Amino acid sequence: MTLPNDVLLDMYRVMLLARRLDERAWVLHRQGKIAFHISGIGQEAAQVGAAFALRRGHDWVAPYYRDLALMLALGMTPRDFMLSLMGKAGEPTSGARQMPSHWSLRSANVVSHSSPVATQACHASGIGLAIKLSGKDQVVLTTIGEGSTAQGEWYEAVNWAAVHKLPVIFLVENNVYAISVRQDKQMAVASAADKAAGLGLPGASIDGLDPIAMHTAMDQAADRARRGEGPTLLEARVHRLTPHSSDDDDRSYRTREEVEAMKSEDPLRMFHDRLAQRKLLTVAAAEALEAQAKESVENAVQFALEAPYPPAADAAFPVFVEDVRHG
Amino acid sequence: MAEMTLIEALRQAMDEELARDERVFIVGEDVGARGGVFRATLGLFDKYGPDRVIDSPLAELSIIGVGIGAALYGMRPICEIQFADFIHPAFNQIVSEAARLCYRSNGEWTAPMVIRAPYGGGIGGGLYHSQSIEAFYAHVPGLKVVVPSNPHDAKGLLKSAVRDPNPVLFLEPKKGYRLIKGEVAEGEEILVPIGPARVSRPGRDVSLFAYGMMHYYALQAAAAVAAEGIEVEVVDLRTLAPVDRPAILASVRKTGKALIVHEDNLTGGYGAEIAAILAEEAFTDLDAPVRRLAAPDVPGVPFSHPMQDWFMPDPAKIAAALRELAAY
Repeated sequence: MTLPNDVLLDMYRVMLLARRLDERAWVLHRQGKIAFHISGIGQEAAQVGAAFALRRGHDWVAPYYRDLALMLALGMTPRDFMLSLMGKAGEPTSGARQMPSHWSLRSANVVSHSSPVATQACHASGIGLAIKLSGKDQVVLTTIGEGSTAQGEWYEAVNWAAVHKLPVIFLVENNVYAISVRQDKQMAVASAADKAAGLGLPGASIDGLDPIAMHTAMDQAADRARRGEGPTLLEARVHRLTPHSSDDDDRSYRTREEVEAMKSEDPLRMFHDRLAQRKLLTVAAAEALEAQAKESVENAVQFALEAPYPPAADAAFPVFVEDVRHG
Repeated sequence: MAEMTLIEALRQAMDEELARDERVFIVGEDVGARGGVFRATLGLFDKYGPDRVIDSPLAELSIIGVGIGAALYGMRPICEIQFADFIHPAFNQIVSEAARLCYRSNGEWTAPMVIRAPYGGGIGGGLYHSQSIEAFYAHVPGLKVVVPSNPHDAKGLLKSAVRDPNPVLFLEPKKGYRLIKGEVAEGEEILVPIGPARVSRPGRDVSLFAYGMMHYYALQAAAAVAAEGIEVEVVDLRTLAPVDRPAILASVRKTGKALIVHEDNLTGGYGAEIAAILAEEAFTDLDAPVRRLAAPDVPGVPFSHPMQDWFMPDPAKIAAALRELAAY
């Protein structure tokens, strides 16, 4: 399948925006302006490739915390993200109740998730069950890190989807590290996709540094789901080019040489070069997108810095639906 | 009016809710053709089919987790946990997910669902088919915890739970499934609101707070001591979270004495919360120390009958506690 040029350029735009936002978050943390950041740098291609294969706003998504690029592709704005980083009023994922990067976006069918990993995989199977019972042509995408595939919750979720042929795509963003623990201490198989065999669904391992390869695999999985043939397990092989979070120091468990080697496969730069090579992205267009991204990020930072905090009294609700106080 | 058992009333409630709202479905282990190990869903599979009464894999946490996902989408799942003893693998999904969704998303997402679980001892079920789990969950804001004690309430509370926009843990006293019988009105919609407690026997000397099977025993104990001139006011709590504080306080302000009975272990049990409410808000109304009658702090209900009887509160033990309290 060949993607139209404007779609390819839009994919690049979102990847670039995610990268610049993410980089800015690290700077804000060093400046003491935010308390915490968990990064998606190195995983943008997989996320954008996946998101662009969905019918965005129609399909459903149960993401995990490293999905900044995915969320931007689904409609979250840089302002939304900066407000959440700073815990400011109007932050759309949780009203500033959750830590940053605990995504939720009702308008885009992105469901709220928590911090214990793999819980959202079960929710995705439940959404898939509801879609099947409703007879709609939607699919649900759920994402997770490779370490989290060790969780019982994840196996139960995949088993459910396989047994009931639910329209769920389980995407594992395999960056090899669960904080500091390498993949070979997390699983005894070479690929998270190998786990599919024992659960009765197809699995495939994809080059997650290539957004087009990711898009193709996702597109096939979504088609399969819409045909009623059931779930697919995809592993996207990606790099985590940063420490686990702003509280982590990855020098204690991986060498700089290893990280530098990963950086030589930066998905953003590789996609840029590929589009440039194919004459889809001129120098002028690339510069314009760069300027646009930077302006958007700075605008969001300024907006969030000036935005008010929520009043402390807002912490009292909504415990129950009866307490919900907005439209 | 029709006399029916507790479990027949529960089945009727599910039947009516399945018929009323297409979004309602039942999911759990053996709930389909088998009708559940207690036969709570008997006949519903034949009537509504495999898309409305769904046999789940043998995996409790995903019964709840999948239920949450379906609820997020807009369905109204009734998730059955076969025995409350087996709910613990789902603790994370109930406590960290279902109960917090509304708060953590600022009301954007909610989990309207019911989790049904037979609980409690006295049936020779040993350590792992007898547990009382209410205190763990009543502790959690965002989750409603309901325990019916008679067929009318069981039907009306379950129907309310299905329609509640919040997650509801619905604990069914399994010893009472067939033992407890009562009148249930026919041909009219029975909706018992979640929240209010009920004074099931008025009295002036001692307030007796109970729920589920212990409420059934409480009424027997109250009748026994009435012959001795002790007028006990029995309050059926019905909803443990959120609890009906005004009803509890009103009763104790009338009687001045309080006994709380539950079959969960004493330490940190639900009775501690009632005792704390009374200590904080009704101290000057009390004529005696608040008394709790609960199961001893051993890890579970033993299988052998003499040991099970030693563990379980019963009408005789409750009556003895009432006599002591009345004489204080």
